[in-house]
Amino acid sequence: MRKTLMAATLAAVAAGLAVQAQADPPFDPKDPKMAPFIAGAKRSGYTFAEPETRAMQDDDFTNPGFLWVEDGKKMWSKAEGKAGKACQDCHGDAEKSMKGVGTVYPRFDPHAGMLLTLEQKINQCRTERMGAAEFKFDSKPYNAIATYVKHQSFGMPIAVQTDGPVAPYFDMGRRLYYERRGMSDIACKHCHEDLAGMHMRTELLSQGMPNGFPQYRLKWQTLGSAQKRIRGCFDEVRAEPYPVDSLENTVLELYATWRANGLRVESPAVRK
Amino acid sequence: MFKPISWGIASAALAVILAVHAQAASPKKPPERGYFDVSRMAPLTDQPGDPVNGRVIAAGKGLCLSCHVMPIPEQADHGDVGPELAGVGSRLQPPELRLRIADPKVLNPDTPMPSFYKKDLNRVAKKWQGQSILTAQEVEDVVAYLGTLK
Ligand code: HEC
Ligand code: HEC
Repeated sequence: MRKTLMAATLAAVAAGLAVQAQADPPFDPKDPKMAPFIAGAKRSGYTFAEPETRAMQDDDFTNPGFLWVEDGKKMWSKAEGKAGKACQDCHGDAEKSMKGVGTVYPRFDPHAGMLLTLEQKINQCRTERMGAAEFKFDSKPYNAIATYVKHQSFGMPIAVQTDGPVAPYFDMGRRLYYERRGMSDIACKHCHEDLAGMHMRTELLSQGMPNGFPQYRLKWQTLGSAQKRIRGCFDEVRAEPYPVDSLENTVLELYATWRANGLRVESPAVRK
Repeated sequence: MFKPISWGIASAALAVILAVHAQAASPKKPPERGYFDVSRMAPLTDQPGDPVNGRVIAAGKGLCLSCHVMPIPEQADHGDVGPELAGVGSRLQPPELRLRIADPKVLNPDTPMPSFYKKDLNRVAKKWQGQSILTAQEVEDVVAYLGTLK
């Protein structure tokens, strides 16, 4: 009896230790290797990722996101739609014309008179200039062309605008970022501002920086957009996601991306 | 991060406890269990909480382990968002524990902790609408379990 009690206590102590000793991925802000992934107090999700995940992202050959970059590159010069035009016919060499474009979306589009994500802007080109059908949200070509375009800004700091015509969208985004929702009755800011660096079970909460999107997520076993991840966070708190392409989703992406201003574009990043 | 119960609330709690006792004397008037009444610090059901089931709820559908380290060694990876709950039964009285679980925002409006006995929150997914995370009896069971953590 005493022996079993002892054994049980020891097991409990051992398990108790295992419970608290959640080995976090190494992160030293002074490590020069980390410099590209921090900006002041801002930390890319990369700095919260396991070393194996980081290594996977760092090497273009092991980073699965480059399959989408390659696909997007082919799409760039392929004519589609009634106008018989390819992206290249209007924009020329993507490596020149698309450099920096990925740092400023979501952006107010004077032509549409509203805020657009990069993916929505690409769809606008397709319907209005190419006479082609929109790509469906989260479809392979939707993600491929956006990843290719965003990758042209790789290493450049995120710099979304929040003033002028964007101001009302930004205010709405902030309101939604701070609004509790779902059965968990919790807001984005709780997990990604207040609790970043802490754990919810096996999840190490990051600052929720979208600078690596579109990105490959090991959990998804595929690549997806920031919109997809934000909808995932809604699911996580048992909240009803806003419809795809809704204003609410776009302004949430705007606010989350503004928080990442100064962090460098990592697309296609790799995360857990 | 943790804010101790303010004196106002503590004295309100005392008043409630006294009121509950007064009510117990006159059985015709059952305690008011409506959501927005402070008397939710009184038991939510007539059936005493079951600490054994409370532990099951805490480790399972209550998701308490998402955020708290608890003396539940058979499960790994307890969260560390909230304070460790070992010994919480010595720190807090059952009415305080009940309020903590039913609606912790009363004590700390900015807490990330869910309100486990609250319905009709903002934008709840269709699948979960019209329900609280825990039933009244489950809240009582968890309160009873936490009470054993001395
Ligand atoms: C209950 C906790 C929780 C809430 C609330 C929450 N998230 Fe998240 N979020 C996570 C987890 C867990 C991850 C994956 C791990 C990580 O990067 O933190 C994540 C990841 C993200 C990422 C990707 C970060 C990266 O580096 O890949 C973004 C962007 C994000 N969340 C935005 C949001 C937005 C916007 C909201 C509100 C609509 C929100 N989150 C609400 C838990 C949450
Ligand atoms: C999303 C995170 C989260 C979840 C889930 C959660 N809590 Fe908490 N809890 C907290 C935080 C954070 C605090 C610290 C005080 C505050 O911020 O309100 C806390 C405080 C407490 C306290 C007061 C502890 C003390 O020492 O004063 C108790 C008791 C408690 N929680 C019980 C529970 C129980 C029981 C459950 C599950 C049924 C639960 N919590 C689920 C985050 C959480």
